[in-house]
Amino acid sequence: MKQTLFIFLIVSGFASCMQSPSDQVLPILGERDISPAGDTVYPTIPDFSFVDQDSQTVTNATFAGKIYVADFFFIHCPTICPKVKKNGLRIYEKYKNDDRVALLSHSIDIRNDTVAALKRHAEKLGIDAKHWRLVTGDHDEIYGIADNYFSVATEDPDVPGGFDHSGRLILVDKNRHVRSFCDGTNAAEVDRFMKDMDLLLAEQFPK
Amino acid sequence: MTKIKHLGAVSGLFALFLVAACQPNPYKEGERLYKVNCSNCHMDHGEGLHALIPPLAGADYLKNNRDQLPCLVIHGIHDTIVVNGKVYAEQMPGVESLSEIQVANILNFINTSWGNQNQPFMIEEVRTLLKKC
Repeated sequence: MKQTLFIFLIVSGFASCMQSPSDQVLPILGERDISPAGDTVYPTIPDFSFVDQDSQTVTNATFAGKIYVADFFFIHCPTICPKVKKNGLRIYEKYKNDDRVALLSHSIDIRNDTVAALKRHAEKLGIDAKHWRLVTGDHDEIYGIADNYFSVATEDPDVPGGFDHSGRLILVDKNRHVRSFCDGTNAAEVDRFMKDMDLLLAEQFPK
Repeated sequence: MTKIKHLGAVSGLFALFLVAACQPNPYKEGERLYKVNCSNCHMDHGEGLHALIPPLAGADYLKNNRDQLPCLVIHGIHDTIVVNGKVYAEQMPGVESLSEIQVANILNFINTSWGNQNQPFMIEEVRTLLKKC
């Protein structure tokens, strides 16, 4: 009897670990609120309107029906940006033929990173605007929306390059909710992040 | 007895192999300085980034422009350069705070890493070249 119980415990232990990955659901990140009507309200990415490397207007509608990866950068960044871009390229390469996925990089150097400069940068990275938008726009709108992506973007003359920002990659779902993020400079974290992207795709695009 | 001798020789060889295998690069200080000052752009394995940042691993530029390398580390690059037949036009910031010894350590690390087998720099050589920047 004791032996049976022991075996049962072992088997159930294994079973609990063997939950298939597709059963996992990514949480919606951020502080939730309760509406007057008593519904739970999750934080969402607000309306935005920016311009990309091809002078095209980029709004929330650009990402309708897609999940997307957002980050903040500037071209003449002497610190973390190249590593984040390198990992961004890994994501781009993996999903570039998948129209359900896009990338959105916001420049925080409004003065220097003009549309023409963003275009050159995109060409040198070898990326296609349809899948990876490099955008500029109104200073306050870009710096303001960084908060909604749980990212830091500030001008600081004391740091190398003149801007302080987090090298985070942020995963946004079809409903404008932030579902995951990672340190974009860390290749192992980006591996985990790409698994989260697959989980989100499975959740939002059921077969 | 011969067997024991034989065993001794084999284990001696094995120990040598271990020592060799565990020393990937003798320029530890250069490696540390590289991580702090260079790896954000040139990456951990000297691979660079597409057409934006040239590679250091296997770069012919290191051999072809050996005499300019110390000045480039200190003062950066503000011209278009060609590395392995590809044109790179981005500016590279220099690190003016580095000492002669640190420049030699960084260059020696780069010149002997990721398959690079370029001749190391002596401090005297770096000093002379830096005077000509």
